[in-house]
Amino acid sequence: MADAPLHRALGLTDDELERIRETLGRDPGPNELAMYGVMWSEHCSYKSSKHYLRTLPTEGRSILVGPGQDAGVVDVGDGLAVVFKMESHSHPSALEPYQGAATGVGGIVRDIVSMGARPIALLDPLMFGPLTEERNRWLLEGVVAGIGGYGNCIGVPTVGGEIRFAGPHSANPTINVMCVGVAEADRLVTSSREVHEGSLLVLFGASTGRDGIGGVSVLASRTLDEGSEENRPSVQIGDPFAEKLLIEASMELVDRDLLEGLQDLGGAGITCAVSESAARAGLGVELDLDAVPLRAPDLEAFEILTSESQERMLALVEPSKLAEVQQVCERWGLASPVVGRLVAGGGLRVLMGGEIVADVPARSLADEGPEYRRPIAEPAWVAELQEDDPTFTTVTSDPLDAFLTVLGSPNVASKRWVFEQYDQLVQGGTVLGPGADAAVVRIEGTLKGLALSTDGKGRFGFLDPYLGAAHAVAEAARNVATVGATPLAITNCLNFGNPERHDIMWQFAESIQGMADACRALETPVTGGNVSFYNESGDSAIWPTPVIGMLGLLPDHRFVVRPGFRPGTLVYVLGETFPELGGSEFAEVVLGKVSGRPPALDLDRERALHRLLVDLARSDLLASAHDCSDGGLAVALAESAIGGGTGFAIGLPGDLPWYATLFSESASRAVVSVTPEKAEALEAAAALGEVPFSRIGETGGERIVVDTLFEVSVEEARERYESAIPRLLAG
Amino acid sequence: MSRRPRVGVITFPGSLDDVDALRAVRFMGGEAVPLWHAEPDLHGVDAVILPGGFSYGDYLRCGALARFAAVMEEVIRFADEGGPVVGICNGLQILCEAGLLPGALIRNRSLRFVCRVVDIRVETSLSPLTESLVVGEVLPIPVKHGEGQFVADERDLDRIEGDGLVVFRYCGRDGSLDDQHNVNGSANAIAGVRNAAGNVVGLMPHPEHAIDPDVGPTGGQPLLASLLSRALARV
Repeated sequence: MADAPLHRALGLTDDELERIRETLGRDPGPNELAMYGVMWSEHCSYKSSKHYLRTLPTEGRSILVGPGQDAGVVDVGDGLAVVFKMESHSHPSALEPYQGAATGVGGIVRDIVSMGARPIALLDPLMFGPLTEERNRWLLEGVVAGIGGYGNCIGVPTVGGEIRFAGPHSANPTINVMCVGVAEADRLVTSSREVHEGSLLVLFGASTGRDGIGGVSVLASRTLDEGSEENRPSVQIGDPFAEKLLIEASMELVDRDLLEGLQDLGGAGITCAVSESAARAGLGVELDLDAVPLRAPDLEAFEILTSESQERMLALVEPSKLAEVQQVCERWGLASPVVGRLVAGGGLRVLMGGEIVADVPARSLADEGPEYRRPIAEPAWVAELQEDDPTFTTVTSDPLDAFLTVLGSPNVASKRWVFEQYDQLVQGGTVLGPGADAAVVRIEGTLKGLALSTDGKGRFGFLDPYLGAAHAVAEAARNVATVGATPLAITNCLNFGNPERHDIMWQFAESIQGMADACRALETPVTGGNVSFYNESGDSAIWPTPVIGMLGLLPDHRFVVRPGFRPGTLVYVLGETFPELGGSEFAEVVLGKVSGRPPALDLDRERALHRLLVDLARSDLLASAHDCSDGGLAVALAESAIGGGTGFAIGLPGDLPWYATLFSESASRAVVSVTPEKAEALEAAAALGEVPFSRIGETGGERIVVDTLFEVSVEEARERYESAIPRLLAG
Repeated sequence: MSRRPRVGVITFPGSLDDVDALRAVRFMGGEAVPLWHAEPDLHGVDAVILPGGFSYGDYLRCGALARFAAVMEEVIRFADEGGPVVGICNGLQILCEAGLLPGALIRNRSLRFVCRVVDIRVETSLSPLTESLVVGEVLPIPVKHGEGQFVADERDLDRIEGDGLVVFRYCGRDGSLDDQHNVNGSANAIAGVRNAAGNVVGLMPHPEHAIDPDVGPTGGQPLLASLLSRALARV
């Protein structure tokens, strides 16, 4: 590395260097090169994905702010806006799980704060390699401790997420985090605010150190290989106490209407915040590095410019309001020096020790990065895998064994060990916490409830990336509808391997198409998101996993529908079950096969189911509802029984083989229960909504009775479901 | 007199459940008064709550720095005069550090943070939180802490037990005591303690998160009701 030209060491290609020369009309200096290195990194510039992201549907009735800003904004009525976004911190977490995951939480929270919204919920979708390997246990324990260690100290509840396990995620765990915030719509700090020449750049929060230099370029925009350990210093260190003060100070500045703009410092540090602020304002900036508070006195210009030290924000402040802004920061014990000002023209001029150390057009950093149409090619193995459909395998397993095996599979089993390490309650709004189909958080001072779900379907995506992405959208929307909320909009985090590989780029292109089609059909536009490429080591990439973060709205949170059975109700399956075991949990853990085609997805049927679920909730007809997905009907029923502490007896509907009926992961289904006097109304509503339904049995007692196939106590099922992950972690 | 009891909730840097405690006081019919750590003034409140959170990041030791906050001198004076003072979670840690309550809190036996609804048993009516409760009553209330294991040396523990200073213990749904229900491994399953005078009480569980049935259990209601009636007596 030492002998490589500087631009390559900074992650820039020869062509990109040439492009910088053209922009500047001269050779860039080393500080300038460092700035382009971070801003034109894959992580910051989306150079491989931009072309595809443009094809996503982003418009909708309730969308206030679409992609392009720190987070998307959705109108939820009564002058309230919901701000939400998801990001990945996979690369740092693979090296340093605690700090990697912790700073991921801090970063996404600042994204929400920078829109002027108070963060009210966090969700953590995670994927690891199998827990039978010690390193994966170490990663899971470290990541969960980091999420808790940071999230629990900043007063934002962690209300959901999901955890899945797959071999290809061993070397590269997938660590995503979503944050949701609420603001009065007219208080939002968006780029449409008027910003003036002469306004001051106030850097408030923590001081700047050497941590996280090159985080976006060296770490996040390359694959992890031998020697990656040397990149540890590129992982940032988090201070949640400082973050909490930063949140409160920011909220006070917004409430008192003291700001023209607010920007978080995350990836690419001060360079990103300043160049984006200037580019949005259509102005230039004069930035004085001598005014930046430093942790070590000998930091060089390029280090200050690209440091990803955490817990810092940049405010744009009209000079007459400076004193008041600094007073607020002081009250919260935060430094708040003026580090620059907006000037005419479009140049970003950086001064240090009285000298100009960099002078480049701000837009060239923020908006005019390179864009690539990378070649794509479908790999031959996809068709081969799809041909090997487990639906047509001879199944000799004992039904009860199969049931308990699927229920105790880490993908399906209870994640209590994880979510009990998170504060789910602070802010007092958690109506439904982790473990439910969707989390529900009420908005303070209103009856409104936000329903939130994150879903990734990596195994489906591996077998068919188009369907994997479409299913992820459908399942996320279904989860939200299951608790009674209308799906409104999504954010996402797109986790993939190396985009320079043709097969990976094919997976990406297919996934985007699947997501776009599903979002159009379900009328849940894309408000923004994040792309995480280079999740691979050697030639082994993670499963292509777009994770969808869905936002839904309950006009009255008291009509929330919960998943647990109560005694004396009738059990229905809404939707139809087909023989579709391709990519199912059953196929993987009972038949040992990750192959076949994922289930078909009819988006009209899907949408009809969501509408029905929402209608049933509003009419208060349901005793319980639970989405039918991983592990099929068997798991949906078992989880309903375990959740409510009530058994059931069902007959198997239809004429499919038992394993297909119980374990098919056909889309567009839910298990609901109703008290007998409401059965007629339920059936009428389903018929009207054109959703097929079948009454399969009733609830009550302490046993799970499945036709004449098997029976088992709820307690034994619970034991299998609850103990699986703690047992694996015990080694 | 129809004045509502005024309950102050102190916000330290890093307090997290201060807003929740204020909301809980209002829910139960009291007047909630926000107090600020740097201001040595209790604004004439009738009771004081030190809320949960990670004051000063818990960086030295939980509660170790908060006890030096300007407001704490006033809290100590208020307590010395018999005013009702309640510490919840981090608030308990602060009161222990300030010497207003016996014992100390260390990391949970599991070494992991735990957020879960637990059952606690009332051990005495002689505290501002339990005046209107019966000894032996069991209340479902959530805990959420990483450092909630109550410890004291043998002599102190004997005194705490002997003087009846234990206010709550972790227990099963039926009030039974066993190791399995001792959520953090506390000495004698102690979940809350009081001072000898009976006007200062602290507990690890969060009664302010067990008030509103829409978002959880309601075991905190009788506790805050007791506090409000004690506060009302001072009006």
